[in-house]
Amino acid sequence: MTMADRLQTSAVGTGTVRLDGPDKVRGLAPYAYEHPVDDPVFLSPVQAEIARGRAVDIDTSAAEASAGVVHVLTPTNAPELADTEDGELAILRSNEIGFRGQYLGAVIAETPEQARHAAELITVSYVQDDHDVELREDHPGAREPESGPGEITVGDFGAAFAEAEIRIDARYSTPMEHNNPMEPHTTIARWDGSTLTLWASTQGVHPARSTLAPILGIDPDRIRIISPHVGGGFGSKGVPHADMMLTVLAALALPERAVKHAVTRQQMFSITGYRAPTLQHVRLGARSDGTITALGFDAVAMSSQTKEFPELAIKPARIMYSGDNRRLTQRVVPLDVPVPSWMRAPGETPGMVGLEIAMDELAEATGIDPIELRIRNDTPTDPETGRSFNRRRLADCLRLGAERFEWGERNPEPRSRCRGEWLIGTGVASATYPANRQAGSVARIRFTKDGYEVAIGAADIGTGTWTALTQVAADALEVPGAEVRLRIGDTDLPNATVAGGSTGLASWSAAVLTAAQTFRSLHGHDPEIGAEAEGKAEENPAAETHSLHSFGAHFAEVRVHEATGEIRVNRMLGVFSAGRIVNPRTARSQFVGGMTMGLGMALMEISELDPRFGHVVNHDLAEYHVPTNADVPAIEATWLDEEDPLAGPLGARGIGEIGIVGAAAAIANAAHHATGVRCRDLPLLADAFLPNT
Amino acid sequence: MRPFDYHRAADTDDALTALADRPDAVYLAGGTNLVDHLKLGIVAPDLVVDISRLDLDEVRELDDHGLRIGAMVRNSDLAAHPLVRRHYPMLSRALLSGASGQLRNAATTGGNLLQRTRCLYFQDASTPCNKREPGTGCSALEGFTRNHAILGASPSCVATHPSDMAIAMAALDAEVIVLTRDGERRIPVVDLHRLPGEEPDRDTVLDHGDLIVAVVLPAPGRGRSTYRKIRDRASYAFALVSVAARLDLDESGQIREAAIALGGVAHKPWRATRAEEVLRGAEPKRESFTLAAEAELESAWPLPGNAFKVPMARGAIVSVLTELATEPTEATELSRPGERTATTEGADDDG
Repeated sequence: MTMADRLQTSAVGTGTVRLDGPDKVRGLAPYAYEHPVDDPVFLSPVQAEIARGRAVDIDTSAAEASAGVVHVLTPTNAPELADTEDGELAILRSNEIGFRGQYLGAVIAETPEQARHAAELITVSYVQDDHDVELREDHPGAREPESGPGEITVGDFGAAFAEAEIRIDARYSTPMEHNNPMEPHTTIARWDGSTLTLWASTQGVHPARSTLAPILGIDPDRIRIISPHVGGGFGSKGVPHADMMLTVLAALALPERAVKHAVTRQQMFSITGYRAPTLQHVRLGARSDGTITALGFDAVAMSSQTKEFPELAIKPARIMYSGDNRRLTQRVVPLDVPVPSWMRAPGETPGMVGLEIAMDELAEATGIDPIELRIRNDTPTDPETGRSFNRRRLADCLRLGAERFEWGERNPEPRSRCRGEWLIGTGVASATYPANRQAGSVARIRFTKDGYEVAIGAADIGTGTWTALTQVAADALEVPGAEVRLRIGDTDLPNATVAGGSTGLASWSAAVLTAAQTFRSLHGHDPEIGAEAEGKAEENPAAETHSLHSFGAHFAEVRVHEATGEIRVNRMLGVFSAGRIVNPRTARSQFVGGMTMGLGMALMEISELDPRFGHVVNHDLAEYHVPTNADVPAIEATWLDEEDPLAGPLGARGIGEIGIVGAAAAIANAAHHATGVRCRDLPLLADAFLPNT
Repeated sequence: MRPFDYHRAADTDDALTALADRPDAVYLAGGTNLVDHLKLGIVAPDLVVDISRLDLDEVRELDDHGLRIGAMVRNSDLAAHPLVRRHYPMLSRALLSGASGQLRNAATTGGNLLQRTRCLYFQDASTPCNKREPGTGCSALEGFTRNHAILGASPSCVATHPSDMAIAMAALDAEVIVLTRDGERRIPVVDLHRLPGEEPDRDTVLDHGDLIVAVVLPAPGRGRSTYRKIRDRASYAFALVSVAARLDLDESGQIREAAIALGGVAHKPWRATRAEEVLRGAEPKRESFTLAAEAELESAWPLPGNAFKVPMARGAIVSVLTELATEPTEATELSRPGERTATTEGADDDG
């Protein structure tokens, strides 16, 4: 088999149940904090209670005298770092404070309770400076992202928009949101004087090591990170955050002790990343037949003075629809806030809110059905680069979804359906996500007496890697799945790229497929015990010639109570074109999970940053609302039966993120159809549907 | 978290004695609120007296067909009790609309009444709060006020009482039985909690060491009743507005009596006496209900972040009363997706 060949599938495509499931339900699958270690000590951090200024005095005397305390870490005694460029990870370098919640130190004690109690005994005196945590479009600090792009222009947007027969010109906003995986960010760190071992909850052991090693000035070979099971990340465990670094610093200060640190739910709201809020100004100019002639998208996102993270909300508007004249601008505003990071489909998720509500507004303005409008503006080539898409099947997703959702029955008139006091409406939105594959992963296959050991430092963050990658390996080796023993989640295994950007399975599979091919060519089908081969994932050559994306369509039905404003979702349908589906069971789980997160984004998720104090005040799961079972109705996810040769021999594209992209807009559009109220700011709370007095 | 002593009370006398000379001691029942507060560092008792095993977990029918509910009866058990389901469906529904299954299994009747506000600033030791530290100021007043009061608040405090159960008990004219060092007191539930005034640190009229041992419900009132909770998600969220209501029509079809209590709007369960007055003898129709709601909400003093609660409360009151005034058969026809018809036997778990 060559890389250009298609994989002959047997296990791939079947709904194999999770191989790690039995261990998980029996509590035998260890999460980071649960790995047994000798001689543990426990860390509790001290966090700044001002958003900007300086800790002039950190009095640790009472903490040091407190029972069980082993060590108190402060900027004064923190171990040296070799590289302090990364403002998020270069912690405890000084007493300067860049955001509320920033680490000022930590207590390490013999029990978690002793550590927490002693941390509360530390008193900090501050000199407080004025802080600025409020995002606004005209903020003087707004600037182009360091990593670009700041502006993208095609044709003459200004003239085309001015001349357009129909113009949509509206502003949208998406809120700050926090990932809130079920398992908190946890680390156990032990330094034995020459080797640093971390049991960590991470979306990538090798990427985490590559990040930490130069900062610590420790050779990567002397850092081992172990992470076989992760209880969700949603991007927040994609890169190490300050909590991991704090644990490492404590371990360096306490050789031979295993320092354990689990971030509390409240601490997650200032330490482990979040989706930056965005402001979006969308302008669509169209002919009366709905053809878009001018597309303007100006996005402004919050960032941090401590470290820049650009939430690139302009991303989806770059490729979604045709339109000869385009102007897209992206700005970030660095504020005195914690450092934003990845949250499921960063860029695409907020960006599709403005774009897809604007498309609904254009449908209303032109009197064209919103599905038909999207199909009329479908484009066979990338509107920016002119490159062909890999099979762009947006229209197929919309049409199949329309049929299954019975869209044809819909009366387009708002407020045309009710049951009792509930107004009912339906809405649609498109979905998209890039089909990226990362180079660099290496898989090693070794024949043992127990079968084929397939080793790669990949991550399973609840997505099903243990299962799906075993299926891929089985087919690559042309053996039953039971003959494959997968090993993942350890830097002692060959290098793997991150479980992020929906690239994980596609990238790791490329390595496994190559390794299997090499293995068979070296050792044949009847190998000796100990026979071994490696394979490496290369760049996807199609990325140079094509615009590679997945597409999909979301459909939602909501009800809004006329008297009380309550809004609930009745049903959702997602149809996705994502190439070959490796495991329908785990894939459905990911799609439905993404859609559920989209429901949360649409109706309830918002981190309330109090501008006076500079911190998120609803910092727990009682007040930061994510959907409960009772909020999640019949959610159905389906996909086109296809494979994508341009994605590689597996024919599969990533599916971790596309499920959320566009879902919130479909719900917002349904709410408009139900009530006639156009909400352009998420989340859609009851207030929006109530009279003003 | 400050280290504390722990004492398991042998009986109610022992509990009272244990707190008598210890101003920083507290009772522990289900612990669903207190333990959070210990972890958050917003209370620091030096002694925790565990009353959860006291023999106060009985639900007993009284001679007058009322109900005596022991203070240690768990929320789940009370909601599921056949007499509560049959005669006080409003209470059953209120209980089941609160918290989550796990919390209801732990939470007690007495503890539920004495749970403290979920004001975000009260629960955050790093922000000023008059309720937590008198004289430091109210952070909510100009802050995030979505869960805050529109009725009966003061410039010192705009917090709301968070219980659902207590709202139903207020509408049911329930009384709490309290043991004090001077003997037993009976306090109507509507008078148990205070408005904040200048002393927002005092949630209730109870003194230190007073122990709720039971709640007494009078015989069930006539007519139909229900509890409806409006919130930002379908389960496991505190009420933005809730309505406990009973509507009784006379032989001619006029309203004989209405009992209405509101949750999520004040520092205490808010008995809507003005609305009740407007409804007495009125026609059971939308216009009357709207007039009643408006009479009650006339004194509303919303904050910039919660002005929506006024129309929401009005809408909820009118909607609930309309539902209660509608014949059950019609109510069934009007039932909405995801909602259960009110006033049926008991209630379904919504969470």
